Amino acid sequence: MVKPTKVTNSIRAVREAAGVTQAELARRVGVTRQTLIAIEQGRYSPTLELAFQLSRAFGVGLDDLFDYPEE
Amino acid sequence: MVYEERNIWASLIASVVGVAVYVILVLQQAAGGPLTDVDWVPLMLWTIGGSIVAAIVISIVWGILAGMRDPDGVGTSDQRDRDISAMSGRVGQAFTVIAGLGVIVLCAFEADWFWIANCMFFGFAVSSIVGGIASVIAYRRGLL
Repeated sequence: MVKPTKVTNSIRAVREAAGVTQAELARRVGVTRQTLIAIEQGRYSPTLELAFQLSRAFGVGLDDLFDYPEE
Repeated sequence: MVYEERNIWASLIASVVGVAVYVILVLQQAAGGPLTDVDWVPLMLWTIGGSIVAAIVISIVWGILAGMRDPDGVGTSDQRDRDISAMSGRVGQAFTVIAGLGVIVLCAFEADWFWIANCMFFGFAVSSIVGGIASVIAYRRGLL
């Protein structure tokens, strides 16, 4: 059921560098802390809308937060 | 554990226990005789009603206990919950369709009401249980 995804993210590193807790970031983008943990651990691919919200929460571009490797 | 996952666990527990209780009661009433002689209507209705009430009660009690530890996240749901719910709906729906086809076949062969009703009952039960298991796995292992 769980299909592998090539999309990786550096949310945890960016969040920790910014000194933001998981609970704080989750509240800011309107998701539960468990959902944020699942995204950080690569167990859930966020929707495009949520991806934009996350990148805007840190004031960075989508490419700075998410990575999709070239074939 | 998030609000929606608790609800799914509550529903899953109630469904599994409800089906088990129903099967035991039907077999007890049959007492080795033909199952079609069992007065299945009250048993089935009480099981369905009891399962619904049990799921609500478990969910409320669990919610109260969870709320004591994490008052902020007690009733919150988000996009991941909706995605998981949609996935489990698709998984469970297959069994409802199979049961529906089974009912048509049983009607075509003029089977006893017992078999027709129970075919649909178990279709709903399996749909709910398999969908619930798929949800729980998605919450624990991920949904990509």
